[in-house]
Amino acid sequence: MIPEIGHLALALALGVALVQSTIPMIGASRGNLTWMQLGTTTALVQFVLVLIAFAALMWAFVVSDFTVLNVVANSHSLKPMIFKIAGTWGSHEGSLLLWVLILTIFGGGVALFGANIPDALRARTLSVQGWISVGFLSFMLFTSNPFTRVPNPPLDGNDMNPLLQDIGIALHPPFLYLGYVGFSIVFSFAVAALIEGRIDAAWARWVRPWTLAAWTLLTAGIVLGSWWAYYELGWGGWWFWDPVENVSFMPWLVGTALLHSAIVVEKRDAFKSWTILLAILTFSLSLLGTFVVRSGVLTSVHAFATDPARGFYILLLLVIAVGGSLALFAWRAPAMEGGGLYRPVSRETGLLINNLLLTTAAATVLFGTLYPLVLEALTREKISVGPPYYNASFVPVMLPMVILAGIGPFLSWKRADLGGIADRLKWAAVVALGVGIVTWYVTTNGPILAALALLTATFLLISSVQEWAWRIKLGQVPLSEAMRRARNLPRAHYGMTLAHAGLGVLIFGFVGSTAWKSEVTTFAEAGTRVEIAGFDLTFRGAEDVKGPNYIATRGILEVEKDGKSITTLYPERRNYTIAGSSTTESSIYSTPAGDLYTSIREPADENIRDKWTLRVVYEPLVGLIWLGSALLMLGGLLSLSDRRLRVGAPARKKRRTAMAPTPAE
Amino acid sequence: MRRLRFLVAAILIGVAPILSLAVEPDEILDDPVLEARAREISAQVRCVVCQNESIDTSNAGIARDLRILIRERLVAGDTDQEIFDFLVARYGDFVLLKPPFKPETWALWFAPFVIAAAGAAGIFVLVRRVNRRAAAGPGQLSEEELAQIEKIIQNEKAEADS
Amino acid sequence: MKRFLLFLPLVVALGIGAFALWGLWADRNPKEVPSALISKPAPEFDLPPIPGVDVPGLKRADLTAGGPPVLVNVFASWCVPCKAEHAVLSRLVKEKGVVLYGINYKNKAEDARNWLADLGNPYSRIGFDLSGRVAIEWGLTGVPETFIVRGDGTVVYRYVGPIVGADAQKKVMSALREAGWKEAGK
Repeated sequence: MIPEIGHLALALALGVALVQSTIPMIGASRGNLTWMQLGTTTALVQFVLVLIAFAALMWAFVVSDFTVLNVVANSHSLKPMIFKIAGTWGSHEGSLLLWVLILTIFGGGVALFGANIPDALRARTLSVQGWISVGFLSFMLFTSNPFTRVPNPPLDGNDMNPLLQDIGIALHPPFLYLGYVGFSIVFSFAVAALIEGRIDAAWARWVRPWTLAAWTLLTAGIVLGSWWAYYELGWGGWWFWDPVENVSFMPWLVGTALLHSAIVVEKRDAFKSWTILLAILTFSLSLLGTFVVRSGVLTSVHAFATDPARGFYILLLLVIAVGGSLALFAWRAPAMEGGGLYRPVSRETGLLINNLLLTTAAATVLFGTLYPLVLEALTREKISVGPPYYNASFVPVMLPMVILAGIGPFLSWKRADLGGIADRLKWAAVVALGVGIVTWYVTTNGPILAALALLTATFLLISSVQEWAWRIKLGQVPLSEAMRRARNLPRAHYGMTLAHAGLGVLIFGFVGSTAWKSEVTTFAEAGTRVEIAGFDLTFRGAEDVKGPNYIATRGILEVEKDGKSITTLYPERRNYTIAGSSTTESSIYSTPAGDLYTSIREPADENIRDKWTLRVVYEPLVGLIWLGSALLMLGGLLSLSDRRLRVGAPARKKRRTAMAPTPAE
Repeated sequence: MRRLRFLVAAILIGVAPILSLAVEPDEILDDPVLEARAREISAQVRCVVCQNESIDTSNAGIARDLRILIRERLVAGDTDQEIFDFLVARYGDFVLLKPPFKPETWALWFAPFVIAAAGAAGIFVLVRRVNRRAAAGPGQLSEEELAQIEKIIQNEKAEADS
Repeated sequence: MKRFLLFLPLVVALGIGAFALWGLWADRNPKEVPSALISKPAPEFDLPPIPGVDVPGLKRADLTAGGPPVLVNVFASWCVPCKAEHAVLSRLVKEKGVVLYGINYKNKAEDARNWLADLGNPYSRIGFDLSGRVAIEWGLTGVPETFIVRGDGTVVYRYVGPIVGADAQKKVMSALREAGWKEAGK
């Protein structure tokens, strides 16, 4: 009964979405307020209906209702409860439902919190959001119904891919989708502005919190996936430049560019059409990601249930959404050129270069990801584009961007004093250069890119702190005055400083864990000793342990440093009997200086018995990756909490009239 | 489509790769320099039976065979290039995770530079045009534009003070 | 110029869409690696027979001796799809008179022997490739895999996966005919 309620709720949601996608739009063009306000109601009703459907599916997973095909295929009665719940979005159908749920969350959010947005813009935005809903709800109902019943229910399910039975990967999709799909509302705002033929500083303010929220959540989603790969896949890698990873990274890059260019629209009334384009592209790349992941046109190490038939449908949606919005853009963009004037050396130009570098980086990733497909289509020749390509092309684009992130905040709007900035930053530059040279000298034969990356990261870290000190006039005015200034500095400013510093910290983590990783691999039996990075490890043998739906062999490793016992690590090799596959559960000892990473598995050579392949990796500074990511997210959250983004409607209404449409050139 | 999936499933039954640590202790060379080269090379060689992995991280049987083969050839004195050539002769350019530089991949390798250069040119043109208008002085601005600039300045002041 | 620039994103997006469509439409297996051996001479190799199996081993010279094109099939007893394919290959040999050589890939001699004893042996030569090294010479990407080699030793075709089902058989047979093979009695 409950699955049928879920199915019905989905069908009703499609009906509501159809209303939402048409009536408010027509209302907005006719100036009919009642019709416009229907958008708010329908957005909220649609959210509730999809929530009911989602809850119904989750219920089926929680009670292990094996009359539902999706539950049979992705769950098992013995699976721990948390993974039963996570199983809701563990399949193609379920994750699509989560996708739509998040789509309606953002639509509902604008309906609920968007009281200060002009009626017409809000109505159009919600209508566009409704179009996306119609596309994906119909996709789900016609090709991927999660509530399909099984005529002859089996006694138990097939269990879920054990690699995915893990807390990191269970939380990864919700966050990733919150980010991915969160950009849908920014897309809707952009398309609505194009239809309206108007974009102003107020528009940028309304869009900014949604962009920030989506960006922060996408960051969280990507980091969770990376973190999971790090500890679950058994060899301490956290990024592989795999197509599936790339398609989540591209919206992040373009979304970051959007975050920056929207500031210019807000403060300087310039870069309008460019910002609209970025808003469209960010969500388009999210859609491209959905297509790539689910259609199977590219091979990925991250196994997904792929199906070309579904790929056709998503491609159709993509062509309508992306093609339609870009055509609209080409048609309407000339009407929205901005007015703000600036000199070549100014924050505007700095942000232009930032945008150029970020979009070039995204385009590079896009090229690398799709090139094999393009070449195969044209010549039938197959090539591979892997990490070496991205290291050679993506990294060089990013390094100047890191430097720019250090200089940019010093630039003032309209006209900046480059000489003064150079004077302020000379010591940061000297220290950074020193760090780079020392790094290069100490690690002879080491990768030059590592030294360069550390140079830029050091510069970014120092200049970020310096910029803050400069803003509050630390050392120039009495300390109490500086503290007062520090308190009055807007939260968005702190958000920027934290995020920029976080990027610098991240780079230290990247470099440390890739360039200076050390590793010992050996056959271990009771008593085997391993020495690595100052740690002494003793293998005390392996024991059998039994989990709820797996049996495992657990290695016992005593860790000592300087003769003192520090900890005991328990890497596991699990065999999930029902799903019929094995996973490696690494065991990690984290220190600020680096992670001691251990894992075991059975030797590849079947003739070697009673021994284990023990892999011990020391990853210097890897913790900084997670710390830096946390700073990025914290920066996003802090900016989001800035009261300027929440101040009441009146102030903004006034501003809107002040900034009314700029005449086209 | 169904046939395709069956085929994929069938091949996967033949050799089922599971991601995990890959290089085995019995493969490792005694000479650390050669071993480091071997790791460097295998990280750039795509495993032919896996989804999208280097042989350095793959547990597939053929990946292991190739790792051992590479090490044997290194011990025999092959250069890195000779080893890549050996692999390409048998598996084609597909095995190289770093695509070779040849006419078919020029677009791939030049793309980042072309995009960056085109963007830089665009920025140059735009900034120069805006600069000319800014240099022309406020006299050239319309009343509306002036009012707008004034508003922005005030907004900024209000924000800085808030 | 400006108009053109504004249309550029649309053009690029539609281009990507066209390639994506091709990717879905084309009869392709994204996971299949094209063979580097096509139109090239068969690799140098010399494999002994499977110990205890009554057919000779396989070496390159056997493929350059002239005569009709042959099938070279890589198989193993541990490979499940190989069993299904075995019936098809046996029929091709018996009914159509195809010459079939085998490369026994990473198989214990005893297992291979039992497998052939159980199912019958359609191969007129089998190379015993315990280490799997010769398979690498052939650019093997999985088991089973089948090559068509012309009488002069040129590799002209490769089929990845089991030759099971009408479609697969049709493909292999037409490739065989194209290589100059004629059905006995015609």
